[in-house]
Amino acid sequence: MAIPFSYTAKNLMARKLTTALTAGGMALVVFVFATVLMLQEGLRKTLVQTGSWDNVVVTRRSAGTEVQSGVDRAQAGVVESQPEVAYGADGLPLVSKETVVLVTLPKRESDKPSNVVIRGIGPKGNALRPQVRIIEGRMFRWGSSEIVAGRSIAERFQGAGAGEQLRFAMRDWTVVGVFDAGRSGFDSEIWGDSDQLMQAFRRPVFSSVVLRLEDAGRFEALKARLESDPRLTVEAKRETVFYAEQSQVLANFIGYLGLTLSVIFSIGATIGAMITMYASVANRTAEIGTLRALGFRSRSILAVFLLEALLLGLVGGAVGLGLASFMQFLTISTMNWQSFAELAFTFTLDAGIVAKALAFALMMGLLGGFLPALRAARLNIVDALRAV
Amino acid sequence: MYFAKLVLRNTLRHKLRTGLTVLGLFVAILAFGLLRTVVEAWFAGAESASTTRLITRNSISLVFSLPIAYQDRIRQIGGVTRVSHANWFGGIYVSEKNFFPQFAVDAKSYLDLYPEYLIPPEQLKAFLLDRKGCTVGRKLADIHGFKIGDVVQLRGTIFPGTWEFVVRAVYDGAEAATDTSQFLFHWDYLNETLKQTVPRRANTVGVYVVGIEQSNQAAEIGREIDRTFRNSLAETLTETEKAFQLGFVAMTEAIVIAIEVVSFLVIFIIMAVMANTMAMTARERLAEYATMKALGFGPIRVVSLILGESLVIALAGATAGVLATFPVAEWFAAKMGTLFPVFNVSQQTVTMQIVAAVTVGAVAALLPSYRAATVRIVDGLRNIG
Amino acid sequence: MTGKIVEIRHIAKSYRRGGQIVPVLSDLSFDIPEGEFVALMGPSGSGKSTLLNLIAGIDKPDSGELRVAGLDITTLSEADLADWRATHIGFIFQFYNLMPVLTAFENIELPMLLTRLSRRQRRERVGLALDMVGLTDRMDHYPSELSGGQQQRVAIARAIISDPLLIVADEPTGDLDRVSAADILNLLDRLNREMGKTIVMVTHDQRAAEHARLVRHLDKGELTDGEPSSKTL
Repeated sequence: MAIPFSYTAKNLMARKLTTALTAGGMALVVFVFATVLMLQEGLRKTLVQTGSWDNVVVTRRSAGTEVQSGVDRAQAGVVESQPEVAYGADGLPLVSKETVVLVTLPKRESDKPSNVVIRGIGPKGNALRPQVRIIEGRMFRWGSSEIVAGRSIAERFQGAGAGEQLRFAMRDWTVVGVFDAGRSGFDSEIWGDSDQLMQAFRRPVFSSVVLRLEDAGRFEALKARLESDPRLTVEAKRETVFYAEQSQVLANFIGYLGLTLSVIFSIGATIGAMITMYASVANRTAEIGTLRALGFRSRSILAVFLLEALLLGLVGGAVGLGLASFMQFLTISTMNWQSFAELAFTFTLDAGIVAKALAFALMMGLLGGFLPALRAARLNIVDALRAV
Repeated sequence: MYFAKLVLRNTLRHKLRTGLTVLGLFVAILAFGLLRTVVEAWFAGAESASTTRLITRNSISLVFSLPIAYQDRIRQIGGVTRVSHANWFGGIYVSEKNFFPQFAVDAKSYLDLYPEYLIPPEQLKAFLLDRKGCTVGRKLADIHGFKIGDVVQLRGTIFPGTWEFVVRAVYDGAEAATDTSQFLFHWDYLNETLKQTVPRRANTVGVYVVGIEQSNQAAEIGREIDRTFRNSLAETLTETEKAFQLGFVAMTEAIVIAIEVVSFLVIFIIMAVMANTMAMTARERLAEYATMKALGFGPIRVVSLILGESLVIALAGATAGVLATFPVAEWFAAKMGTLFPVFNVSQQTVTMQIVAAVTVGAVAALLPSYRAATVRIVDGLRNIG
Repeated sequence: MTGKIVEIRHIAKSYRRGGQIVPVLSDLSFDIPEGEFVALMGPSGSGKSTLLNLIAGIDKPDSGELRVAGLDITTLSEADLADWRATHIGFIFQFYNLMPVLTAFENIELPMLLTRLSRRQRRERVGLALDMVGLTDRMDHYPSELSGGQQQRVAIARAIISDPLLIVADEPTGDLDRVSAADILNLLDRLNREMGKTIVMVTHDQRAAEHARLVRHLDKGELTDGEPSSKTL
């Protein structure tokens, strides 16, 4: 016969301070764990959303990032003429020859510098990124010194807001609009006319060529041809893959560090749970003896204490998750080590993370409560009853 | 002495509970120490920067280079003792995982500007004579097993192609905080190759390293340099080496702040655990505290017993934690390789660990102390175990 | 020849129990002559323990006067009361209330830490007290290693070591078997007769009360044994 659940719940309420402190410790650990997962997910989503599956980014072989890459006009022309390239309604190929550089700009509040990506796009640059829309002002005029800024850059950097001006490469550039790129990496970029930017920076070569595939399945064929062509020294990747790879180091670092920390912290919280559960067993020794004498089996006793520990974990987990969910209001912006450029991303909470965090919390409760519950179950009835 | 005895014996009353609490503190203080060391390692470059070195870069960003022709003009500016230059190479050794910094430098002047890189004279001579020679730091040599005479291949990313170098010298750092994970080779080798392959990229440098006579002239000289090149093809931005390094830190500021926050979080977690332990312990002994008060002991004495016990436990765990921080930090540094070129547990970290432990012990004792001090004797006596 | 060591005038005491105010003593007046061995008896809830606590200075009456050796202790501050207890009162509890982590010797020594005596002087006194209760050979034992009777003897030694004016005992034999109880009561007897200690004992055990020289009965906060309060025996 099982002992009713209310017995467990009431016992937790009887010692409010102890329950609060133990669950509190676990809540903090779950908070760290969930936050790290949310950060990883936020980073992944930002970069995955940067790009489309049917776009291809062509850069110089071994370049790693667009900034390090150089594709000259001749090679760019060869890429543009490939059969897999899609064509727009106007009969022109959906190809954008782009130049990507970094400019060091001061942040708004702290004045501290950070490297911001400036992307010079070709006329089809916008069409290739349908997720990008102008939310303030307007698109820049081709052939002018006008630029548009991604939402994250406009918010954080001096002179990057709509109507403001930036100065670099000995020219003044007017920000005529702000665009929203659906929480992707493009939100952390400034776009302008590729020709204008190349002139200003005195760069005769492009950084990359971005194209839309007519048929997304033809990627492999295109890649094979480009990479084996003796005229070319390029490599091709799907746009989503290209950007995802760029965050590898950062994502790994966050994951590795975060997981290590969570495990270490969980040791502390589990110890707290263990201490509480041992005391709980010790304080109710007479009770346990009575229950056993009344006829309850020792596995019921085990179950009761395990349940109590799990409940503690659950409460801690729920509170920790609750706290972590507030992190969704924050945006992190930091330099991505691989691209050397500023990247903004948020904490993203999804069902998977909720499940993992709760599982983590329950695991802490289980580990903390196991040995004490075992001790309770093994108590000798006569000894237990004799305890005052 | 009597009461010290009493406090110590009290901590040993519940061996399991005390043991677990000490273990928890050990883990927490260790984690705290490691995290603070990580934060300090982040700033290591800035810490070991020289006050008599300036860095001049293209004002747009580090991605753009400067013409080699600037060198002579910079050298002529008053207060400048020596000028050298460096290009970030960014090559790959075997795989991306083996990241370490590589610079193409004007060897003689560069090593003069960095006296903290110690090279035995015969190795230095060999390096200067071999145009494809390279100098590697001791830490880097240890990690990848580079020895004098080894041929090292790097796959270029910024400068495409496969590049071969011969290890001619290994440098040691003058101080513990000196970065010995760098790979230095001759700018001439890079430049001559570029003249053949991509001429338009030849004769450029990434940054100029400018040595000055007096550190208090840094701001002035910096402005003078930038003024010299204003309105030319490549405008410059000159700052002290420290400011330059701090600029990098600032870019990943969010991560550093996050790590700092987390390091304090771990202290809060263990504070909750310890407060719980002390609360339970004090509650069980209420009758004893009441007895002592009945006998005539004041509340201060009772509080000192609780506080004493809390501090003994906290310091026991902390001592173990502090001692363990050193070997664990070493292990961690080895795992991280060249990601953190300098990874030392500092005096300040140890001090902070101890302060954290004492704080945890004191705070954990607060509520139980208050309860024990204010409990009415008759109520406390009625409380049996 | 014997004065009144305790003089209680019109004291009242109530407790708050779950929102209700329960009066325990109201307008009680009572004397205890010096050198007396008094037993306070009564049913549970009669207020006998409350009265004992008030006399011992570990609780304060709501109103009235309580003089011990001429001093009205209701006027003392908490700190002064603590100092006063240390020099005037010796406690004996039903459950001994010894410190589990201290040996018998150290438990007895505890009150001495409130004095300025040197270590050697303290140890001398403890030796004497141990001898008085016959536990010299057990002085290095911890309470868990002693029987109930032995633990209570340690408690008695602790109670007398500061040479108090008054010894208060709350159910001193409540947790002991008949033989040990008799032991303890004989010891208290000796303390009273040979050392002239005034003892106030609360008990519900008739046999224990027989060892006392004066027995007072309390019921619902009032003395019911009809003895005039200021009468001396």
